[in-house]
Amino acid sequence: MDDRSQAVAFLSEFAKQAGATRVTVRDGGIEAWDSALLTFLRSLGAITRERGETLDLSGLPEGARRLLTLADAVPERKGARRTASTKSWLTRVGERSLKGFEDFGSSIHFLGELTQAFVAMLRGKAKYRKSDLFAIIQECGPEALPIISLISLLVGMILAFLGAVQLRMFGAEIFIADGVAVGMVRVMGPLMTAIIMAGRTGAAFAARLGTMQVNEEVDALQTMGFSPMEFLVLPRALALILMMPLLTIYANIVGILGGAIIGILMLDLTPAQYYLQTIGAINLQAVLSGLMNASVFGVLVAISGCMQGIRCGRSASAVGEATTAAVVNAIVYIVVANAIIAVIQTVTGF
Amino acid sequence: MSAANDPHLEVKDLTMAYGDFLIQKDLTFNINHGDIFIIMGGSGCGKSTLLRHLVGLKTPAKGTISYHGVSFWDAPEDEQAKLMQKIGILYQSGALWSSMTLAENVAIPLERYTPLSRKEIDEVVSLKMALVGLAGFENYYPSEISGGMRKRAGLARAMALDPDILFFDEPSAGLDPISAKLLDDLILELRDSLGSTVVVVTHELASIFAIGSNSVFLDPETKTMIAGGDPNDLLNNCPDPKVQAFLRRGIEASHP
Repeated sequence: MDDRSQAVAFLSEFAKQAGATRVTVRDGGIEAWDSALLTFLRSLGAITRERGETLDLSGLPEGARRLLTLADAVPERKGARRTASTKSWLTRVGERSLKGFEDFGSSIHFLGELTQAFVAMLRGKAKYRKSDLFAIIQECGPEALPIISLISLLVGMILAFLGAVQLRMFGAEIFIADGVAVGMVRVMGPLMTAIIMAGRTGAAFAARLGTMQVNEEVDALQTMGFSPMEFLVLPRALALILMMPLLTIYANIVGILGGAIIGILMLDLTPAQYYLQTIGAINLQAVLSGLMNASVFGVLVAISGCMQGIRCGRSASAVGEATTAAVVNAIVYIVVANAIIAVIQTVTGF
Repeated sequence: MSAANDPHLEVKDLTMAYGDFLIQKDLTFNINHGDIFIIMGGSGCGKSTLLRHLVGLKTPAKGTISYHGVSFWDAPEDEQAKLMQKIGILYQSGALWSSMTLAENVAIPLERYTPLSRKEIDEVVSLKMALVGLAGFENYYPSEISGGMRKRAGLARAMALDPDILFFDEPSAGLDPISAKLLDDLILELRDSLGSTVVVVTHELASIFAIGSNSVFLDPETKTMIAGGDPNDLLNNCPDPKVQAFLRRGIEASHP
């Protein structure tokens, strides 16, 4: 118990013992006061009211009395008070689960709408701006090259380093080239590109569409007869699906280059050796399977980014949540899809 | 201007809700041709939600909204699309598409719905921009101009297709008194010259009395309309204390 509530308790107890029906507060000539005085008087007021005693505040500074009157001027609206969440654990689990089902349903709905938009596009009936499509392609293609270069180069070098330590024990350094090439082309190239694009472009999609939702720009589109799905989501999905395989090919090349740097500078392989070994290690099938992964990941990043953006609420915090969810969902989808594809490839031998 | 028996838009027994949360119920009113119809009421009473229902962005929980006798929500989709082309809306924030210049914003509905050539579209755009006093700003982006200018550009876009009925969501919110007055004048001028019907969501008393010819008053407590009619008549003749308090800036209410 703090000083103030102690004082209130003491005073009220004192008044009760004394059998008083009237409590008078005097200021004793104080010069300055702040909200602490007011909260004290309000607590005191509540107790005296409860007991049917009268609280006489006429001896207080006028400003304090007026503020207290003001605080009581508008009575509390009935039914407005909300107690802090006291939902039971079970209720919360239930609500979360229901929300989960709802989200799943709305994702399926979104996928359906997107498919319809794609069909409309193939039939030449989708209404979107070609200039928007090119701008988005520029944004999520060429403009992503610097970050893709940096990450892929480092991933290639790391793969080479890891292999070098092991392979050196067997004097088989030359196989570094194989490891880096296969690792990049089949898994790391598509995976790293997808994760970069989820953080870079998926987040941008969600934030952009979410802000458009907040600014009523999506409403404006709808009332003018444009489908947000065709006008906003379709060009973004299309751009990512087109760009992801290209970015992945680029990431593969840069990653292999990173491996080569380590191979040539640290393991004393010659460039020609490294080149020939790399060419021998990868085949068209490996490259194609990597690119197939990349396309799937592109679709997943686009869907989770755009869906969160379009479903975004109308506040700044909703945009933040949408962006977070877009990136988290995209990464989860990518990793799960990667695992599923790996299993399918192992079983079918592709 | 307002012809009493010429309803442009009829709202009947409209109930609005977000899920289980009731916003307003049993709204019935007509908006006549040439009216400047004010939707008023305190903050949070559902004015903007009503506007979203009227323009086809939100489905009513119950009741009908008819344009020229055609019930919007019962009409097939292509009919709805046609009705929506006759509607122009100025959103509270302007809602200009930020990735496009002002001219592109105004041109989009023209490209979508008219067979006009590029040159003709440019001419219409330049006319609409001049009408709202933004001649010369065609190639600016929304982020490069002031809030008042964004609203006027939004109005140019709303007028692009020469709509029969123009909706304004809190047009004077965030504007200084002079800009707000200029926007009011512009609304009156457009009504008189284009012969459009105008629906305005607002709680700006100055605007309400200056331009309103008919109105509906929404009450957040009883969750329904408690008055309707010419705002100046309401001021003088409406007995409801809530309406009086609102129209007289609460003078009667807080000092009874």
